Amino acid sequence: MGIVIDKLFAFSTKIIALSILLIVAWIFTVLFQHSLDSINAFGFDFLVETKWAPNLEKFGALPAITGSVISTFLAMLLAVPIAIGVAIFLSEIAHHRLKAPVGVSIELLAAIPSVVYGMWGLFYFVPIVRDIFGGLGIGMLTAGIVLAIMILPFMAAVTRDAMNTTPDILKESAYALGATKWDVVKNIIIPYAKAGIIGSLILALGRAIGETMAVTFVMGNVHKISTDLSAPATSIPVTLANEFTEADTDLYFSSLFELSLILLVISFTIISIAKFYFLRRKRRL
Amino acid sequence: MATIIDVPEEKILHVNNFEFTYAGSDVPNIKKLSMPIAKNCVTALIGPSGCGKTTLLRSFNRMHDLYPGNKYAGEVLFEGRNILDVKEDLITLRTKIGMIFQKPTAFPMSIFDNVAYGLRLQGMKNRSELNDRVEKSLKDAAIWNEVSTRLKQDANGLSGGQQQRLCIARAIAVEPEILLFDEPTSALDPISTQGIEILVSELKERVSIVIVTHNMQQAARVSDYTGFMYLGELIELGQTEELFVTPKEKLTEEYITGKFG
Amino acid sequence: MNYRQKRIAINNIVMTLSTISALIGLSFLFWILGVLIFNGIEALNIGIFINEGAPPGYENSGLKQALIGQLLIVMYATAAGVPLGVLAGTYLSEYSQGSKLAEIIRDISDIMMSAPSIVIGAFVYAIVVIPMGHFSGYAGAIALAIIMIPIILRTTDDMLQLVPSTLREAAFALGAPKYKVIIQVVYRGARAGVLTGILLGIARVAGETAPLLFTSFNDNFLNTDMNEAMASLTVTMYNYATSPYEDWQRLGWAAAFILSMFILSLNIIGRLFLLQKRGK
Repeated sequence: MGIVIDKLFAFSTKIIALSILLIVAWIFTVLFQHSLDSINAFGFDFLVETKWAPNLEKFGALPAITGSVISTFLAMLLAVPIAIGVAIFLSEIAHHRLKAPVGVSIELLAAIPSVVYGMWGLFYFVPIVRDIFGGLGIGMLTAGIVLAIMILPFMAAVTRDAMNTTPDILKESAYALGATKWDVVKNIIIPYAKAGIIGSLILALGRAIGETMAVTFVMGNVHKISTDLSAPATSIPVTLANEFTEADTDLYFSSLFELSLILLVISFTIISIAKFYFLRRKRRL
Repeated sequence: MATIIDVPEEKILHVNNFEFTYAGSDVPNIKKLSMPIAKNCVTALIGPSGCGKTTLLRSFNRMHDLYPGNKYAGEVLFEGRNILDVKEDLITLRTKIGMIFQKPTAFPMSIFDNVAYGLRLQGMKNRSELNDRVEKSLKDAAIWNEVSTRLKQDANGLSGGQQQRLCIARAIAVEPEILLFDEPTSALDPISTQGIEILVSELKERVSIVIVTHNMQQAARVSDYTGFMYLGELIELGQTEELFVTPKEKLTEEYITGKFG
Repeated sequence: MNYRQKRIAINNIVMTLSTISALIGLSFLFWILGVLIFNGIEALNIGIFINEGAPPGYENSGLKQALIGQLLIVMYATAAGVPLGVLAGTYLSEYSQGSKLAEIIRDISDIMMSAPSIVIGAFVYAIVVIPMGHFSGYAGAIALAIIMIPIILRTTDDMLQLVPSTLREAAFALGAPKYKVIIQVVYRGARAGVLTGILLGIARVAGETAPLLFTSFNDNFLNTDMNEAMASLTVTMYNYATSPYEDWQRLGWAAAFILSMFILSLNIIGRLFLLQKRGK
């Protein structure tokens, strides 16, 4: 009797663990199947077509893809230097009484739902952008900035963790040769934790590109590629959030599913690069 | 209570009523400690774990200042001034008082760059001058023959013993007055340990050495003077041979005969 | 200025810049926190908890439907996600013996942890909402469960591996079968850590909006039937905040405040659990 239960328990844990792989494969398959209409109708053109006109049954993903890339790029441009600054502050500068409270509050801020960041962006940040740049205040620039602020706590926390893997004894050896803090950061911590720091930043990028709620409020969902960063625009998650419940034809739905598939493939690729290429092995002293 | 001899040699460091208190501790972790450190000699510090020997060693180059809240009192005289003074320039001090750690600490860079690191920090840019100093340091650290053909390779590819000798080369490249060794062989095999010990005995020609060790035989082999510490106090400082053969203090005798530790 | 002074000057400049960037980052974040607390507390009143949604301008409007809907959806998601995640983590830690397959499962679930949650929503829409023909609380709960499983799996795996193997061996030596060793000894040893993982997993999915937009959808009135479209704090917050009506926007802030406080409390409790364990 005991043996039967033992075998059953072992077997069920294995089946459940395997089902994780199954679910992931299922997600890809289902998204692909539902994209078939759109893939058959537009083929490769879907990726390069700039027109997104549901009333004409014409769907092109380029504005959404470009929007995702540009808003994420803007967010990284703003967030990376600040996140590295915060990480250096937390690992090397902050007084030990400050380290824990500041570190914990940054981690807690990373836990605040992104929809809250989006709301803040809409009510408090859009008016500022409107005053400075004119126009509506919603668009690529606003979305990039709000996304940067939303991703900052996560990015700073993981970058700090990567920097903290540098053994104290290694840092002390540099100080013992008369190094300044900046010498130690530049010559010891960054080279030692390079893979971890880059991996953390790319992981944050992978999260940012799939982030929906922080940008949906402030992007405008206009399928148009504009050189004006303060003009309303769209991105893949923004399009999905705004149009999924409004889609009324099979082809419209299918195009949205293809957008989901594209987003999943992009973020899967980015996260895999971060995980497998940079965060794989931990160096040890 | 304590038996602390004076040294006939010139004193490179003079510790006077030194006290040290770790951040968050109510009582001093090192209490009213006084001792001379003789120039161009090897002074060993021994004692059971937690006796304060490493704490004392790390005070000589103000390593404790990296972690806020630690407090010093008393004096450590070096070049005629008290280096515990708040105005002491730690960057310069640490180039004059170098340190070797418990584990090899090769930086994540090439063998050459490791040894050149301290020199570059001091602004040495001239390539041929750097080459000369690096080669000389590696020779002095008895590792030149093993690495001369692969100076551009990552230092982490070296064995533990080689890395530790590389760290010694790195430390002597900046020509310090004093080298502090913090249990330098605790992570090494017996053969590498022997290599480091020989090196320590040779180096004292040019630099004064303080070595903390948990290994009494090592202290006996390499040092001229030995200090025995217990519970944050220096119990006895004497010539190494005398201290091990005829200790003056009962505690010292008990420790070196293995009654505790 | 000699080289040494130059180095010290550069050091001071960079350290100042780092400190300034930390201040900039923190001030933005505390600005958001301040806005959240200020608007949230201002909008909070007892009516929010006892009244359902109402058309704009209507006096007695509240968030009862969203609070209860949120609770139901997260509870169902937890009921499905926790056992699945814990058992899968148990396989990885206790049975897989470092096999290649286990490594693949770990990697894939790690990736899923950071995958876009809106895509999970699209997936659940395809497999649940389309066949059923309508939005439902169940669909929302399934989407959240899928997001939760990798988080629970990973922490369970990590925490079980921290249990010393001597403890397992001691139990085996007494003749216990493996499942009993796991349930009675390993789980007990890793309790605080696994519990923390579960709390953080719940906190994470409770704040998700995107996967609920087109699964559980929304409902302005109280509904406790999981088979029907259901309100949640997050979707309600989104709808109200983007509406042009000031009283709805106020309700949106109240929802944001309540939800954020709930999530922050879960995070803090989880941390305390771990601290307590470390203290022992």
